[in-house]
Parts: sequence; structure tokens; C-alpha cells
Amino acid sequence: MRGLLAILTATTVLATSMTASATTIFPLDRATILTSSPFDVKVEFDGVVSADDVSVTVNGKPAAEALGKDVRFIEREDGVEASAVRIDGVLIAEPGTYTVVAKAGAEEKSVTWEVYGTPETAQAKNVIFLIADGLSVAHRTAARIMSKGMTEGKANGRLNMDDLDRMAFIGTSSTEAVATDSANTMSAYMTGHKTAVNALGVYADRTKDSLDDPKFETLVEALRRQTGKSVGIVTTSELQDATPAALFAHTRRRADKAEINTMIYDLKPEVILGGGSAYFLPQATPGSKRKDDIDHIKLYQDAGYTFATTAGELAAASGSNTGKLLGLFHTGNLDTTLDREFLKKGTVDKFPEQPGLVAMTEAALGQLAKNAEGFVLVVEAANVDKMSHPLDWDRAVVDTIEFDKAVGVAREFAEKNPDTLIVVTGDHTHGVSIIGTVDDEKEGMDMREKVGTYADAGFPNYVDENGDGYPDRVDVSRRLFLAANNGPDHYETFRPKLDGPFVPAIQDENKKYIANEAYKDVPGAVLVEGNIPRDGDTGVHAVDDVVLQATGPGSERFKGYMEQSDVYRVIAETLALGVKQTQ
Amino acid sequence: MISTGFSRRQALTVMGGAALSLTLHPTRAAAQTIAFDELYGKISVLGLTFSDKVLALKGERVAMRGFMAPPLKAEADFFVLTEIPMALCPFCSSDADWPDDIIVVYLDRAQTFEQANGIIEVSGTLEVGSWTDPETGFVSLLRIVGANFSAV
Repeated sequence: MRGLLAILTATTVLATSMTASATTIFPLDRATILTSSPFDVKVEFDGVVSADDVSVTVNGKPAAEALGKDVRFIEREDGVEASAVRIDGVLIAEPGTYTVVAKAGAEEKSVTWEVYGTPETAQAKNVIFLIADGLSVAHRTAARIMSKGMTEGKANGRLNMDDLDRMAFIGTSSTEAVATDSANTMSAYMTGHKTAVNALGVYADRTKDSLDDPKFETLVEALRRQTGKSVGIVTTSELQDATPAALFAHTRRRADKAEINTMIYDLKPEVILGGGSAYFLPQATPGSKRKDDIDHIKLYQDAGYTFATTAGELAAASGSNTGKLLGLFHTGNLDTTLDREFLKKGTVDKFPEQPGLVAMTEAALGQLAKNAEGFVLVVEAANVDKMSHPLDWDRAVVDTIEFDKAVGVAREFAEKNPDTLIVVTGDHTHGVSIIGTVDDEKEGMDMREKVGTYADAGFPNYVDENGDGYPDRVDVSRRLFLAANNGPDHYETFRPKLDGPFVPAIQDENKKYIANEAYKDVPGAVLVEGNIPRDGDTGVHAVDDVVLQATGPGSERFKGYMEQSDVYRVIAETLALGVKQTQ
Repeated sequence: MISTGFSRRQALTVMGGAALSLTLHPTRAAAQTIAFDELYGKISVLGLTFSDKVLALKGERVAMRGFMAPPLKAEADFFVLTEIPMALCPFCSSDADWPDDIIVVYLDRAQTFEQANGIIEVSGTLEVGSWTDPETGFVSLLRIVGANFSAV
């Protein structure tokens, strides 16, 4: 009995010391923060503590005095048996190192932030930030070979992204894991703070409410605060999807799409082109995904926006001089380039007049360039990711070619307007590589034996007779073989999916994903056993670095290895966002 | 793959048969078949309009073929019927991520989940118009209620 008591005491001591390290302070340790950009501070204690025992200091001074804001003590957080401190809307004008110490009895936690200023003068007037969601090295290589061809080991042509001047490797990990998603990755680019998977513009706190998490400023908010620049967003996904949302939104949960659409409206970007009209329609309209009666299209029209719903209307709207353009071309995500331009599959029968990324980028630049103060345009090729998840590599690569054409449009603009910084990057990578070719001419019926590796791979025989930069067809007899290094159980058909995007696996009655039998009878199909947990529906993001490329003023700041959040600082410094540029 | 509907004569015959069996199965009435590509008259950026056929069949017994998306539990009294097998689970993600052309099926009694790889036929009464499920918050435009299903 005595022995047991001794052990219990020892355990209690251990537990207490562990508790002491469990306090969390947001912003997290090593956060980098733009001067005068507003952010919320939150301290989460591990248990319920008494207000009298709590102290929060910044560089040794009480937080209220140091930050000039109210310090709010919450004895019991909603749904959490623990106390917290919140200091909302903090802004720090003076660059420097700030050490925050939070104490409550035995609990103590310390973090250090770096608050940075920017040069007094902007180096560039405009920024064009082009992002292909999920862009991995294999997508680039495949796009180059498919679009330009290769002879005797040398590329027959170069992509637009092949001639950008500077580059950096970007680390994409989230605050909670080495792995990552499009919410936290794009949020890091667009705010300078890393956060958790699914979160946008907030640190992920422990309460259930997705809209109460501690916020930090987004690029668009900083532009509105400090400059008179215009803002444009162009995407082939829903405008409320994680990547475009990261410019505007503050939510723990990227699925809050109706709320995100309201957050976009609150910042009124001058150019908005993409999908997701369902979140603009009031709930009474069939097809709406709102849960209120607000007609967002009408709100924008009342605010003076020219409105387009088809490629033709977009072309017509390009002649307008409003400088404000809303183009919605799909209730959901736009179809892939392969479906839109060539196969007419997916939802192209329902939405036959969707513009592509190139037309949208041109229209956006036409409007944004009207602002003498300059602009920031973000262009997203969403389907590179949306087709890499279901292992539909042909669609992902053809969308990469389209993305590269949008890069070409940006480079043309920058040639005439050299005060433009161009950034070309992905937000995270996928587990995919090109390992050779598939050659239908090889003998037999066994498709696996038609895979050419090493010298047997030869060169693919894609043809681009009309010179549009796209292969005339993807189902040529000797084609690139891209292989995923992860995925659910699925049938490998060794062929492009000409009938519509690939659905590799579907869920069974035990909530486990099993191979989709729709592909079982494709001649030569082989069952590939999955290697991720069986509740995973598709291939997953890779943890590999992203390759970022850039050109133009400010691009010299990109080099070596950088955290994704460091990219924001480059944009902030290049545009001098530490300095008020409006009267 | 999916039958586009009975001829008038066939429908009358079936209806007669149903009327005859009404005393034995009071909940069963003749079902008109409807296919996924017959649900909407117009699909556009500005919203959807229901097809004339859907409006004509509002409140009527219908039969529809498709794939069963996985329900929350193996024994469930409602699920989503889709045109092609879906990799999405409606209750893991929000209804936000679903395509427009789905039908929500409310069963008259819980039935065991059918393999997602197989086509099923659902029979029940067609409900038209936006409705939010009070239990799950799932919003649907079209529903088949009081339904049952069988593998095809």
C-alpha cells in the first residue's frame, strides 16, 4: 500500500510537469509578423486556473500595457474544461523581437515573435502570383514533354515557367504535422503565418466553433489597409475553395464555404473569376448552397461590377471600363482543360461555355491594369490537384500546360510593365513520378509488360500538329507513364480516361474504400493494392518541397530553402506593405 | 442503361396491376421511372430548374436507378442516390461538396447498405423543393421518401 502511494505521488508530479508544458500561445513560437498588421493573441491553459494566478507579459511588461489592448480572461472556454486569455486586434508598430510569457500557477509557456518592417519604397507596383494547386516536379516534366516533345534526350521546346530567373525550395508542412493541405499552405503564402490543416487565416484553437479562432491579417486585408491597389482572383475551382479563399478568409474549417463567400464580398476584390456560383445564390434558388436569403450576385452588381457567366460574356466584359468584374462560370468547379477543350466530358454538357485559365487571366489583367496604383492578381490552376487526387494524370498534366500558358500571359504583361513581380509555384506536392512510357505496340495483351522503363521507355509519340501547345490527343500509342507512390485500392488501366475523370475507389459498407469495379474490365487492367489507410478515398498530398520560381523586381529575395510563410514577407517587402501608401 | 419511362399503355397496365394489389400492399402504388438526366430542365450558373417530368411527378410514386453513396451507418434510413459511384461520404464532408444531380432517399424502414459497386433501384414518393434535414443539416432539392430499394 505504501509502495502504491509512492508511485501515485511520483506519477502526479510527472503529470504536473507535463501539464506545465501544455500551455499554448497563439501566434506560435517563431511567428513572423508584419508591422502594424492586426492579429489576435490567445493563451490556452491546460486546465481551469484562477484569474488571480494568471499573468501574461510581453518583453517583461504586462500584456495590456505592452500591447495597449484589453486582456480578456475566460475561466472556462466553451466546451472545454480549461481557461484561456484572449487579446484581440493586437498590432505592433515597432519591428523587433517580442517574447511573450504566460503563467498560471505552475503552468508557464514562452514564445518569441519576430515583428518585421519593410523598405520605405516599393520595389514593384504589381504582383502576379500564379499557383498550380499540387504542382509537383512530375507535372512540370510531363507538361514539357507532352507539350513540346523530346528528341535524343533534349526537350524540343521550353515551358514559360522554364525561363523564370529565381527559385527556392518551399517547405509546406503544417503547424500540427509534416503533412499539409491547400488551406494551410495557401494561407501561409497569403498571410505569413503557418497554421493547421483545414485552417485559413487563423490559428487552430481548441474550441469547436470554426469562426472564433485567433485571426491574423491576409494579404488582401494588408493591401486594403496600406495601399490603393486593386485585387484580382482567378481560379478554375469554386471561388470559396481553400486556395482562393486564403486571400480573404478567417476560419478553422475550409468547408465553411457560404461564410467564406461573405468574407470575399466584405473585401470586394476588383476581379473575381471562377466557379462556385452556388454560394452566390440565395437559398430559395434551386442549386444554391447558401443557408440564407442573400443574393451575392445582386450585391456585386449593385456595387458596380460587370457580370459574366460564359466565355462570350467574359470577352464582352473585357471591353467595359468599370475595373470591376465578376465572372461565375460554374455552380461548382470548372471542368478540366482536357474535358473542356477536347473530350467534352465531365460536366461540359451542362456548362458548355466555360472559359479557360488563359482567357480569365487576360480578362483580369485587362481590368486590373486600369488602376494606376497597381494590383495583386492571384491565378490558380485548381485542377492540377483535383485530378492528381484521383490519380488522373493526363487531366492533371494537360491542366499544367494550361497553367503554363497563363504564366506566358503574365510574362507578356511583365515585359510591357517591368515593375511587376511574377511568382510561379504550387501550394504542396503530390506523390507522383514519371517512370517511363506505356507502348501499345509491344506484343501481347498484358498491359504491365507494355510499360517501358530505362532504355525500353523510348520517347512518347504525342503530336501537336495545330501548334496550340496541347497534344492533339493524349491516347497516343506510346505515352508517358505517370505512377502514384500512394493511393487506395484501384485498377491501373495504363490508359487515359477518355470517358470522364477517374474515380479510383468507392466506399463499401464498412466505410473502407475499395477499387471501383467500373475499370475492372478495361483490357489489361491490374488491381493495385492501396498503401494508405482504407478510409482514404484518393491519393494524398506529398510532404516533398515545392519548387517556387519568380522573376521581376523583388524576386532576388527567393533563394535556397524557405518556409511557405516566408514567401509572404517577400511580397510584403517588395510592395513595402509596412508603409502607408494612401492618403 | 436506365429506362426512360413507360409508354402510356404500359403505365396504365402497371397502374391497373397496382390498383389490384392495393388491398394486399396498401403502401405500394404504381411507380413511374425517372432517370438522372431527366431531373433538371436547365442547369446554369444562375441556378437549376426542375424538368417538366419532375414537376409532373411531384408527390407521385417513382422508381429510380443509381448508386448508393455510403450512409453514416450500415443500417440507415436515409442515403444519397447518385448517377455514378461516388468517392464522397455525405456526412464526412458537408453537403457543399456534392454535385447537383443527386437524390436523397428516405427509407420507410432502415435497410442494410448495398455494395457501392452495384446498381440499385429505389421506389418511393418524389418530393420536390429545398429541404434541410433537421437532424443532419443536409440540404436537398429532390427526395424520394417512404422509399425502399433493391439490388438490380
